[in-house]
Amino acid sequence: MQYSNLSEKIGLIKSGRISLIENVETFLQTIQSRKNLNAYNFVFEEEAIQRAKEIESKIKSGQSGKLAGAVVAIKDVLAYKDHPLTCSSKILSNFISIYSATSVQKIIDEDAIIIGKTNCDEFAMGSSNENSFFGNVLNPVDDSRVPGGSSGGSAVAVAANLCDVSLGTDTGGSIRQPAAFCGIFGLKPTYGRVSRYGLTAFASSFDTIGPFAKNVHDLALVLNVISGKDEKDSTSVNQNVPDLISVLNNQKKYKIGIPKEYFAEGLDVEIKNSILNIVEKLKAEGFQIEEVSLPMTEYTIATYYILITAEASSNLARYDGARYGYRSDNYSNLEEMYINSRTEGFGTEVKRRIMLGTYVLSSGYYDAYYRKAQKVRRLIKEDFDKVFQQVDLLITPTTPTTAFKIGEKSDNPLEMYLSDIYTTSANLAGIPGINIPIAKNSNGLPIGMQVLAKQFDEEKLISFASRFDKT
Amino acid sequence: MSKFNQKYEPVIGLEVHAQLLTETKLFCGCSTKFGNKPNTNVCPVCLGHPGVLPVLNKRAVEFAVMMGIATNCNINRHSIFARKNYFYPDLPKGYQISQYEEPLCENGFLKITTKDGVQKNIRIKRIHLEEDAGKSIHDKSDTTLIDVNRCGVPLIEIVTEPDISSPEEAYLYLTKIKQIVQYLEICDGNMEEGSLRCDANISVRLKGDNNLGVKTEIKNMNSFRNVEKALEYEISRQIDALEDGEEIIQQTLLWNADLEHAYPMRTKEEEHDYRYFPDPDLIPLFINDEWYNKINHSIPELPDARSNRFIESYSLPKYDAEILTQEKDIAEYYEMVAKNSRDYKSASNWIMVDVMSVLNSKNISIKEFTIQPENLSKLINLISDGVISSKIAKEVFQIMLESNQDPEIIVKEKNLIQISDEKTILEIVKKVIEKNPDQLNEYLSGKEKVVGFFVGQIMKLTQGKANPQMVNKILIEELNNKKNKI
Ligand SMILES: [Zn+2]
Repeated sequence: MQYSNLSEKIGLIKSGRISLIENVETFLQTIQSRKNLNAYNFVFEEEAIQRAKEIESKIKSGQSGKLAGAVVAIKDVLAYKDHPLTCSSKILSNFISIYSATSVQKIIDEDAIIIGKTNCDEFAMGSSNENSFFGNVLNPVDDSRVPGGSSGGSAVAVAANLCDVSLGTDTGGSIRQPAAFCGIFGLKPTYGRVSRYGLTAFASSFDTIGPFAKNVHDLALVLNVISGKDEKDSTSVNQNVPDLISVLNNQKKYKIGIPKEYFAEGLDVEIKNSILNIVEKLKAEGFQIEEVSLPMTEYTIATYYILITAEASSNLARYDGARYGYRSDNYSNLEEMYINSRTEGFGTEVKRRIMLGTYVLSSGYYDAYYRKAQKVRRLIKEDFDKVFQQVDLLITPTTPTTAFKIGEKSDNPLEMYLSDIYTTSANLAGIPGINIPIAKNSNGLPIGMQVLAKQFDEEKLISFASRFDKT
Repeated sequence: MSKFNQKYEPVIGLEVHAQLLTETKLFCGCSTKFGNKPNTNVCPVCLGHPGVLPVLNKRAVEFAVMMGIATNCNINRHSIFARKNYFYPDLPKGYQISQYEEPLCENGFLKITTKDGVQKNIRIKRIHLEEDAGKSIHDKSDTTLIDVNRCGVPLIEIVTEPDISSPEEAYLYLTKIKQIVQYLEICDGNMEEGSLRCDANISVRLKGDNNLGVKTEIKNMNSFRNVEKALEYEISRQIDALEDGEEIIQQTLLWNADLEHAYPMRTKEEEHDYRYFPDPDLIPLFINDEWYNKINHSIPELPDARSNRFIESYSLPKYDAEILTQEKDIAEYYEMVAKNSRDYKSASNWIMVDVMSVLNSKNISIKEFTIQPENLSKLINLISDGVISSKIAKEVFQIMLESNQDPEIIVKEKNLIQISDEKTILEIVKKVIEKNPDQLNEYLSGKEKVVGFFVGQIMKLTQGKANPQMVNKILIEELNNKKNKI
């Protein structure tokens, strides 16, 4: 690339040293040449070039928005008016959205160029991007390995230079985990920070939208644009959005906690050592670092899977073949239409979660599962509240292993679920988290470090992460 | 009650759904207007498209709280919305947003008065807000069409405790609910058009038994009379079954108004596990003091209070006050008439008898009634001032109905002013007696009935304008004079 971040890019376009049209064409060519990665479900070639023309002249006339010239890929669970919205599912394979998500509209309003919609696990359910109707996404670092999920396509699009930045969604780690597997930055904002309007619901009280980028500047820029209270989303929060660009490299020495439960059994040794290495360096630089405890950690995966499947079972009820989306050809009455459309239209993992969720909400089981899990969720949140009274940030691994082989875990859902072990807690607690690419292991695979902050403290994450930005 | 075997007593609970008269739907900005072309009052939200989110309509909350206050409920300052999950083609999201645990209003009551004048409180268990479903239209070609216009229209569900013990009480309770929603102007209360809907839970038990019997649910009763009939049907059916030693099966029945018979729904349709859980898309609804007070202040005078005021301010009998306050618009019409008239009771009579019979025969509402209240007041004053007789007044009323004219003008133009001058009447009386010697003789021989004949003749001669009381008095005096002369 001829530029290290988006503000540099605008400068180069303004001065005529870069043609935005050529830049978009280069991305389109790279997308073509890296088609094997399968990062995109849809690429909007002509539209992107057309828009590049318009925005180039806007930039030159000094009238452009904050994301002018940014070539953005969006995960195919976000609504974009008059464009397909498939969620990588057969059941929505023919669906065109009639409106745009608030986050998508905001980046368009700031003159971003949407180059395409990225592949992902079906309805964002998965940790390896192996659950897509459009096929697996490959990790650009090693194409025998998974890119992580569910926002695998969005992570790969950034990592393989198929766009400048991308939007993904994170319900239990779906931004941070693929960012870790692909060696880029990915940020999950506080629940309520970014409007969910237009994000196809998987687990409504967990779902968040966030950016992927190769540098923290661009990550901050996109996050700034998409944040804010939205009247269309009652759960979005009216909270001041700080200027995140201004906190880059501010060298603040935050107080850091190391939750001991996140470094216990099951963590890859190379990952553990890489992070502890960093911790030592930070200490040497004068950071105050202490070991802390999050005692409810052992319940996070169980709590997470009870609650997200419950919400998913209800959120996915609307895909029934009656009004839009895929309808089976094979039915003779209403019930058969429902059953066959959903049986044929959904993939295995989605069906597994719908069944689990239906079960935990059923009368007779509700109290034992759903209600209890809600209580535990509150306790997990209290764990974090307590810890954040002591420290500003928590450092943990993002994943227990580096990117695994395609097919390695696809027959073992439980093992697959455990790959989210360090990320789900942030969604349970509604707090923000970031993946910082910190090293490569002996096989050259990226290692990610997760940093967590209390609600609405994205500013600290951005500031801290910028120390690790080598761009 | 006497219709049923006296050994048993029915136990009835009602669930009433009232469609709220908000401009827009409960969770989106679409119009609630009835009768628009199918699938035109829609947007991505009420169509249940991927990614949409509900945003609560504050006006609907206010309407529900008003109903809660009007029915003596506790208003839960903190309440939550829940999803009721089930599959149906006219339910786009696959769930209905409703309230389950922590509804908006709880523990109220409504007072009803039975025909025997016995007052009874019907306890209200809860009132909650929820969205309506769409409509499935089954056409001839065996396909089902869906109209989503009604989808998301706000409803309140009002649930009673099983305190109702006869079809008559159920009818009275429903009438009261209708009366209140109309007074509050939150629902038009039309059961035939479906803006008010009622389901009933019914069981019977031996009198004195404290345990409840097995209950059935009846749906699809689309008029007040149908509710009464369906309840009568089901109570008799249950009593007969018990008398025959059968067991009552818990089931849902659909009322068929044409056949006056209730049929069980297919069991599959009723065996729902709705899997209620709090809707994560909506934050808890919190009603602070300021908002509560604002809503409370917006509640107009309710039927019971108005009826009491009519008794006190207008000295009306309880019966009149209750009839006049049954409908808010009629009560208001009465007040406008009474305000300018010198005889409140007469105003009441005119409205209860003459005005209402016109409304009934023309099947119109008081709003469509052509006689302006100030004109009706004038008519009443013409009577109480002795300008016209009540008999003439009926004629004037008919003319007013057709011409919409001021009664004072009608009376003048048609020369209908009452003759109340003693001399004039005496002359006419004398003339009539003179002309009818045979009848006079009959009177003198003791046949007093013949007085009616003379009165008729006098009225005929004066075209009914003679003041009847004076005619009576003067005629009797004259006739007695004749008698004494003999
Ligand atoms: Zn709508």
